[in-house]
Amino acid sequence: MAIKNRESFLNNLAANLGRPRRKQGVERPTWSFNPQQEVLKGFTQDDLVDVLEKQCDVIHTTFKKTDLAGLNDTLKETIENYGNSIIASNDSRNEEYGIGDLLSVMKQNNPDMEVHFWDSSKDKENQTFAERADIGLTFSDITLAESATVTLFNDKDNGRSISLLPKTYIAIIPKSTVVPRITQATEKIHKANQRGEKTPSFVSFISGPSNSADIEMNLIVGVHGPTMATYILVDDM
Amino acid sequence: MSIKLGDTPYVERVQEGLHNDFMRQAVASAQGRFRSGKRKRAEELGNWEEWRSLGEEIRTHTLENIDYYLQQLSDQVAERGGNVYFAEIPEEANNYIRNVVKKKNGKKVAKTKSMVTEELGLNEALKKDDIDIVETDLGEWILQLDEDPPSHIVTPAIHKDKESIKRTFTEKRGYQKSDDPEELAAFAREQLRQEFLSADVGITGCNFAVAESGAITLVTNEGNAEMVTALPDTQITVMGMERLVPTWEEMEVLVSLLTRSAVGQNLTSYITAITGPRLEDEIDGPDDYHLVIVDNGRSNILGTEFQSALHCIRCAACINVCPVYRQVGGHAYGSIYPGPIGAVITPLLDGYEDHKELPYASSLCGACTEACPVKIPLHEQLIRHREIIVEREDLGSSSEKIAMQGYAQWASNPAAYKLSSKMARTALKPWTKGEKVTNGPGPLKGWTDTRDFPAPSKQSFRAWFKDRQKGGEV
Repeated sequence: MAIKNRESFLNNLAANLGRPRRKQGVERPTWSFNPQQEVLKGFTQDDLVDVLEKQCDVIHTTFKKTDLAGLNDTLKETIENYGNSIIASNDSRNEEYGIGDLLSVMKQNNPDMEVHFWDSSKDKENQTFAERADIGLTFSDITLAESATVTLFNDKDNGRSISLLPKTYIAIIPKSTVVPRITQATEKIHKANQRGEKTPSFVSFISGPSNSADIEMNLIVGVHGPTMATYILVDDM
Repeated sequence: MSIKLGDTPYVERVQEGLHNDFMRQAVASAQGRFRSGKRKRAEELGNWEEWRSLGEEIRTHTLENIDYYLQQLSDQVAERGGNVYFAEIPEEANNYIRNVVKKKNGKKVAKTKSMVTEELGLNEALKKDDIDIVETDLGEWILQLDEDPPSHIVTPAIHKDKESIKRTFTEKRGYQKSDDPEELAAFAREQLRQEFLSADVGITGCNFAVAESGAITLVTNEGNAEMVTALPDTQITVMGMERLVPTWEEMEVLVSLLTRSAVGQNLTSYITAITGPRLEDEIDGPDDYHLVIVDNGRSNILGTEFQSALHCIRCAACINVCPVYRQVGGHAYGSIYPGPIGAVITPLLDGYEDHKELPYASSLCGACTEACPVKIPLHEQLIRHREIIVEREDLGSSSEKIAMQGYAQWASNPAAYKLSSKMARTALKPWTKGEKVTNGPGPLKGWTDTRDFPAPSKQSFRAWFKDRQKGGEV
């Protein structure tokens, strides 16, 4: 792949800075302040869940709390409330959390129900289904309490469209994934990068349904992405 | 578009702003809401000053080493299979992007809101090739349908009321419902969804590029940037060269400062980091990825006393506290970058000649400097601009020149200061009613047409303070 015009461009920057080009050896300094590390410091997992729940109100997101045994009922109720067609990521946790079983039972009992698990062998068919689906369903990989954000590492089994194109969005949040804030998530990505691991092509930090204040500063919930969102916190600890 | 908006003279633009009652009321109310949101979020953090110091430190280090970090960024993007193009001037960037679109035989481009593409005049350039360009941010789409430039860098259509938006939708797109914002937005959703799905190329700006891994971070609320980066097969990111951070860890600090300062949110609904083209077996995302890194005058600011202006993270906090912006609105600045930061960077990027009034569109109250999350000394830079305009560029009006030349003496000499305060009061007497100037002459006219200007005090502050110390009357 090509890089064009780089040398003259960067030489000019160095010249304007009045020094030779720096091609190597630049180290990030130790920053004098690190206030980001102090936010929600010392909070227990339960404290963080409380922060998350409160913040969900601010971002117009329904928050539900359950355990593995109760997930079936909670998820079923949420799905029935949101519609008939659902697209879900092809997540290894689907089996462990009983998602596959629940959706096939729901389908058997409701002839109108359509279920699609992301399938990389089906190419753009995935997007086409997502575009007309009522519900997108994914797990949260890291959950940020402060901003009520689910973090998705999108890949071949978890397409970007799932949390984006359907009318509504459901995130399943294992309690163990909750951290204070985005600081802990980016630290994890940074460390993985330093170990030489490939950064996902798409990392999404999603905080509730899409919204806009572009018309007379009125908050409009539901613009291009989902118009409603529910987080289901599952106690896995 | 380019940095400069149209040829209407500054004084007329100011007059238009002052007489646009809806705009002035909307801007005042938006400023209030933005500010209280920012204050609340900043209070929650408790140690906002430490956050600002960290932001400043990160920006300073990154700009000091910008050649290193841009090299690292471009290497990383290339390693992930992306193409990187460095463009010194708008024509280079525009031609490169036109070629990419042409090669793909692209007919339709879906775009997200991006100030740097406004700088480049990219839309106009693509139109030469009969490309259909769709702005997908709700505010930008409204402006595009109405052929109107943005007036705020975060909420671009802030000067428009819902009735006029409804009219635009009806005339341009056959909209038939009410002026209810929810209904208007639902219509935009339906119309734009089709555009996302049929676009050949997606073009976005860039909030922060992460040098260590080649990720491009986009900060939005509507979800349009996610659509633009997930659906079209070809994707182009356009970034101003200074919009980068060393690692993911600094990215989150600046994103936290940006979302709090811009809209008073802990995080916006979508923070998205995309890296190169899609990986093997992935369905969403582009298979052809291009990063265009733009200079367009920025490098001339490096190594000068204005270097910290490049620290700007485009949050608009300075705009939201500015008393001058509040009165005249964004279009009066005649630049795509309005407000205090606009008054600082527009002359730097586009020259003093066309923008010599901008450094004067400020009361030097310093609210901007205090609001800036990365501590750019905005009002001090405005003063420097004024000095340069008067002394070096020889562009000041003659009375301004005399005034500036006399400024040092005037300010440092109490006798002269006292005398001129007194003289000002006498000089303005014909227009003064009681303690207010109600119909001022010359430059005061625009101001006093819509409000009163306080008359120079009978007693200067120093005189009052001296009296007070002596136990005199207040």
